[in-house]
Amino acid sequence: MAVQTTIRKNAYYDSVTLMLITKDLAKLPGVEDILVGMATELNKELAANLNLLTPELEALSANDFFVTAELSGEATMESLVNALDALLSAKKSSAGSSYRPASLQTALSNEPQLNMALISLPGRFAAAEVEKALDAGLHVMLFSDNVSIEDEKRLKEKAVSKQLLMMGPDCGTAMINHIPLAFCNVVKPGGIGIVGASGTGTQEIMSLIDQLGGGVSQVIGTGGRDLKSEIGGLMMLQAFEALIADPETNVIVLISKPPAPDVAKKVLDLVKDAGKPVVVDFIGGDRSAIEAVGAVACISLEDAARKAVALMRGESAPSDFAGFDVPEADIEALAAHEAGKKAPTQKYLRGLFTGGTLADEAMKLLGPEIGTIWSNIPLKPEEQLKDVKVSAEHTVIDFGDDAFTVGRPHPMIDPSTRSERIVKEAAPDVAVLLMDVVLGYGSHPDPAGEVAAQIREARENIAASGGDLTVIASVCGTEGDPQGLRASRETLSEAGAIVMPSNAQAVRLSAKIMKAIRDQGGEH
Amino acid sequence: MKPLNGLFEKQLKVANLGLETFYEDLKSQSVEVIQVDWRPPAGGNEKMLSLLGKLKGKK
Repeated sequence: MAVQTTIRKNAYYDSVTLMLITKDLAKLPGVEDILVGMATELNKELAANLNLLTPELEALSANDFFVTAELSGEATMESLVNALDALLSAKKSSAGSSYRPASLQTALSNEPQLNMALISLPGRFAAAEVEKALDAGLHVMLFSDNVSIEDEKRLKEKAVSKQLLMMGPDCGTAMINHIPLAFCNVVKPGGIGIVGASGTGTQEIMSLIDQLGGGVSQVIGTGGRDLKSEIGGLMMLQAFEALIADPETNVIVLISKPPAPDVAKKVLDLVKDAGKPVVVDFIGGDRSAIEAVGAVACISLEDAARKAVALMRGESAPSDFAGFDVPEADIEALAAHEAGKKAPTQKYLRGLFTGGTLADEAMKLLGPEIGTIWSNIPLKPEEQLKDVKVSAEHTVIDFGDDAFTVGRPHPMIDPSTRSERIVKEAAPDVAVLLMDVVLGYGSHPDPAGEVAAQIREARENIAASGGDLTVIASVCGTEGDPQGLRASRETLSEAGAIVMPSNAQAVRLSAKIMKAIRDQGGEH
Repeated sequence: MKPLNGLFEKQLKVANLGLETFYEDLKSQSVEVIQVDWRPPAGGNEKMLSLLGKLKGKK
């Protein structure tokens, strides 16, 4: 076996295209290990870690493309390159042989009507392109992360002064004029406008609004740092004002992790003069300040969706929804049934999430019920997992966190890191696996199918050792999504998962099962 | 100035810089979108980039 490298000087391909192609190439016979990419310092480091670094690769610059692989048997670099070219050209033909200007300026000179720039370039190059777009009068959605907070502030100030959107950095979800941008679900049109500082939180709310029969006018993302003091909520305030003025929007939903107090005040001050109902979900934050200005507070993403839909229909906001779609007695019976199948060693819960806000919500709802939850995004610093690759007692993992995404696409695009972990979690002390499956544009073409085999395998492994693994899943999505809500739920059910209608209900069922297990442990 | 320059009344026309999957998603929904064939400036060479940055700053 030998490590071989092929290089192409000055050939650029984007990172997700390359990583998806790498996955396909790695499946070819005789390919022991492979890395395909642009020769950035990060990729060279990755190659070195994988023992795939060669002198040819070391000499390249970030504008050069490489394939480096350890091959065995009959596999040759030539056959690998042929397979690579076939995959690249298949990608190209599916995208069509359309006009591709080399810069935004050239694009604008040919198409002056462009009004939105969707930017997902490597972070260190992104700010310069955002600036050019804003200067040219375009709204911006900035998907990239690794943009400094100073750049964010400067760019948002410029955007606000020009009445432009600058959604981001790290903004994953938006829907402008009913067009989904980046990671976004397909929802019915309607009167609910959403401003969200958290991507999967926004996706969960918009999907549930659609499932509840409501509709959405606009979804504006702000990026996760917008409500920090340094940024001052510039984009949330700008978007909120735009929705107040929008005649198509009659209910407004604001979603964010608890903001800095000075920023929360600015946002809530605006509620008083909104002239339309406002639902505020400062996830896990203080509700008294929200209610003091006449806004509607909520206890979960699902609760926010239910209240928004009632208000959209002209009803008053219902009381907090802390229950289930099915009668409580059925849930209690299900929890007792699941707990009854457990071996005495099975006492822990593992939550494996691709959506960060969904993981966060799970911990906030579970914490009071089950106590300490170890995590890579812990609620308290002392609950930080020592090694994010190894779970401990009750653990909730966000696979979209940096610890898992360096050199890889986000788990909503490529869920394989999570899928592998599902099997690993099937240990004799684990009773419940809790997970999300996020549909919509941007996401994997079949995220439910991607985890189904691992759910089966994990359940079979535990059953073989005399126990029983409960897998509880919720699907964030709609029937209009390319993957289809019903089909995805069926795939998970067939694999042996209990599929709940929302993340909050999945979490609450998990808590009930854990409680039933504790209660029967006391009886032993 | 109208809020967001009247964005909600306009047809969205998108320039996509970066991940092609976003371009393909928009294209598949018949949204007007142009993929900009972006490349790293100065060939991604950090030293050259910093020199270019300094030159620009001098203007």
